[in-house]
Amino acid sequence: MKSRQEIHAGYSPSEVPDEWFKLKEKDKDAAEAVARPSLSYWKDAWKRLVKNKLAMSGMVFLILLTIMAIIGPILSPYQVNTQVLQDQYQPPSAAHWFGTDSAGRDVFTRTWYGARISLFVGLMAAIIDVSVGIIYGGISGYKGGRTDNIMMRIVEILYGLPYLLVVILLLVVLGPSLTTIIIALTVTGWVGMARIVRGQVLQIKNYEFVLASKSFGTKSSRIIRKNLLPNTMGPIIVQMTLTVPSAIFAEAFLSFIGLGIQAPVASWGVMANDSLGAILSGHWWTLFFPAFFISFTMFAFNVLGDGLQDALDPKLRK
Amino acid sequence: MEKILEVNNLHVTFTTYGGTVKAVRGVDFHLNKGETLAIVGESGCGKSVTSNAIMRLIPDPPGKISAGTIKFKGSDLTKASEKRMRSIRGVDISMIFQDPMTALNPTLTIGTQLMEGLRQHHKVTGEAARKKALEMMDLVGIPNPKERMKQYPHQFSGGMRQRIVIAIALICEPELLIADEPTTALDVTIQAQILELFERIQRATGVSIILITHDLGVVAKIADRIAVMYAGKIIETGTKRDIFYNPEHPYTQGLLKSVPRLDLQGEKLTPIDGTPPDLFSPPKGCPFTARCPFAMEVCDKVYPANSILSESHKVNCWLQDSRAKKLLAETAGSKA
Amino acid sequence: MLRYILKRLLIMVITLWIIITLTFILMVSIPGSPFNSERSSNETIQANLESHYNLDEPYHIQYLLYLKSIVTFDFGPSIKKPDQSVNELLGRGFPISFELGIVTIIVAVISGIILGIIAALRHNGFIDYMAMGIAVLGISIPNFILATLLIQQLAVNFDIFPVATWKSPAHMVLPTLALATGPMAIIARLTRSTMLEVLTQDYIKMARAKGLSPWKIIIKHALRNALMPVVTIMGTLLAGILTGTFVIEQIFAIPGMGKYFVESINQRDYPVIMGTTVFYSAFLIIMLFLVDIAYGILDPRIKVNKQGGE
Repeated sequence: MKSRQEIHAGYSPSEVPDEWFKLKEKDKDAAEAVARPSLSYWKDAWKRLVKNKLAMSGMVFLILLTIMAIIGPILSPYQVNTQVLQDQYQPPSAAHWFGTDSAGRDVFTRTWYGARISLFVGLMAAIIDVSVGIIYGGISGYKGGRTDNIMMRIVEILYGLPYLLVVILLLVVLGPSLTTIIIALTVTGWVGMARIVRGQVLQIKNYEFVLASKSFGTKSSRIIRKNLLPNTMGPIIVQMTLTVPSAIFAEAFLSFIGLGIQAPVASWGVMANDSLGAILSGHWWTLFFPAFFISFTMFAFNVLGDGLQDALDPKLRK
Repeated sequence: MEKILEVNNLHVTFTTYGGTVKAVRGVDFHLNKGETLAIVGESGCGKSVTSNAIMRLIPDPPGKISAGTIKFKGSDLTKASEKRMRSIRGVDISMIFQDPMTALNPTLTIGTQLMEGLRQHHKVTGEAARKKALEMMDLVGIPNPKERMKQYPHQFSGGMRQRIVIAIALICEPELLIADEPTTALDVTIQAQILELFERIQRATGVSIILITHDLGVVAKIADRIAVMYAGKIIETGTKRDIFYNPEHPYTQGLLKSVPRLDLQGEKLTPIDGTPPDLFSPPKGCPFTARCPFAMEVCDKVYPANSILSESHKVNCWLQDSRAKKLLAETAGSKA
Repeated sequence: MLRYILKRLLIMVITLWIIITLTFILMVSIPGSPFNSERSSNETIQANLESHYNLDEPYHIQYLLYLKSIVTFDFGPSIKKPDQSVNELLGRGFPISFELGIVTIIVAVISGIILGIIAALRHNGFIDYMAMGIAVLGISIPNFILATLLIQQLAVNFDIFPVATWKSPAHMVLPTLALATGPMAIIARLTRSTMLEVLTQDYIKMARAKGLSPWKIIIKHALRNALMPVVTIMGTLLAGILTGTFVIEQIFAIPGMGKYFVESINQRDYPVIMGTTVFYSAFLIIMLFLVDIAYGILDPRIKVNKQGGE
């Protein structure tokens, strides 16, 4: 038997030993073998997401933020709204980790309260948008024809409404509070999600497997639940991760112009607005912490959304 | 006969994060002046990569011509500078792409896209360019060329668009035309028209053509010689007659058996079982072994040398070895 | 094309009507009367309001008269500022806000497109990662936060630019920067991704096969196609910039429409809120309409589809 080395080198047919000239055992599996192991869609997507360092750090940040939003205020000996006027504008120290604000309130405690508000508003807005959007877009895309036409005309008109202006108007009428903010944000917010869901449903509706279940006489609601939804999940999840930061931004924006969460509740937007005057006098920490956390929370959601988009898009599968 | 193109030992690799794909693994062929060579094979066998390599249009990175030479009229294109390549592309060598629906820029008029190459390479006036463009549209058979020049691609049918693509490719009167699956995306009736157009153009201009295709029907119509590619290697070459009447490689035989033919009615169509090997780690022996009905142990171990059957007909297959012939005769005898 | 324009026009009118009706519902649904005497500070204003809004008429007559006053561009008086109409406020504030908006758009579009193209051409290179890192940050930092940070660093700490008001080009730098960063980042990301997609298209390969130079390919073949989607999001960006002016003008004490609007919200000056909302909406909706038409002109495929009656 010749060594591997020699076999690789170019050599003439006469050097090939005679005993190699016999028919090979038929190996059916080898011919059909798929070169790469096939992973399920979700496992595969997860693997790709884990590889994306930026998206993963966004996710870790959000997990830590959520934990701190829950336990942060408990860790701190101070109350959110206890004003200690003699402690006004204390720089960060062992007693006040993030310093104190113009009313002597502990910025550390207030920051985590703000995180609660922001995450709550963001998640609630996303959940409501998604629920309404899926139902509306799903029905519109699935029914098609006249129903779809009318439903999409309505969406088109709502889509043309200037989002934040409508939110402002609603808040002026309803009066600012946590509930009314979420209502105002979602009144027109679901429209984008409905469009995406409809587009997905239209695309998938004509796939073979859906036609097949239809021809077996499966009920519409069951087809939507069992076939359409799992296949539209990718873009929905991505849209959700992008809805959260825009809702967080909107809440902070509204608080900033005086239409958001009202005292005594602390929100990042309220804190940023309160500290506008303070930075001119050099008390940077009052602005820095809420600003940092708003920006990084939005950043984390954005990179996570990007990462999910790349991970869930089967077109990019390599 | 004068050789216009000579490709020797061409290797092309693509580096992806899953590993290195060896898409073309030592390809040799040549093209004579004025003839049509068809490169035939399944999708993914490296035939399009080969044609892109000749034009030096392989995206680098990830792609790379890792070895070999491509001699066009004596000069090696693998060593040419990008600037020199630009003066060759469109002028000496032109290319036609598979899908005429995507090969034209949707936001520019047909006229602009036609004249663009001409104005890039030859310093011609707008009027001269227009005249030449009209002439080309006439040659490829587009009615009302004057009005059509001002229109956009979406206003043309698929067949008409392919005619425009061909006109664009021919406007600088190249010596070599590479057509990458030029009829695959078209309706069958349009396919025939386009193939006839190729023949007419070749008669009129004497252009040499490399035709990349997986469709043996197209090959039968217009090719002079055929090269069969499998898993990045050319496994058999010959004239149209050699390949269609005396195919020697089991893969070539399989390909021919899997094409429906009117003159052999009643005979069963036999598909080739299995799939081509993964080019991340191509087998060191003959890549067709796993699917070959005559696979021997030697096939897995060593890649077969080139057997010269006639001046035009060459094949890489162990079945050409005298010992294999003996073996086959024995097994056939024992079965009988 | 005509059909297309008419259809967009119809949707535009309906959207405007919804906004106007919404503001009317706002007026009548606020507990008590938004215009009762406790809110306004003096008698003349009260009289002005009552005559403008026809408060003694039944609701449907009020509604029709309200529609009529808006169509004739009469937004009524302000509650808080005596002898000043909403029209006068708009006339004073709008030119300044418009100037800020235009400068912002120009800066955002030009820098965003350049950044996006460079990133796409250096795909997966260092510059690409840098540009996209900056872009995600730009999207993530809210404009009012960025504005305050800019003031703190460039105006307070280093005193490079003046902070407040709107007097010279130097005054415009910081507000424009704060307002343009977000839209710029969005444009850069979009340009990059569509550019990358366009560069893999067959017609780009075809252009290379013609022997065109790389620059010619990018400018003539890639850019125009890559910029189409940027045109489609211009409407959204405009809306973002417009609402952005509310806070930016507030922070930088720029006497524009946005500042008056935020003030009116804080003082619950309802006629001003209603008037500016209607005005803003009309402005935005007309802009959206123009963007749609521009898109139809830029992309030859749309024009013909519509000509053929779909």
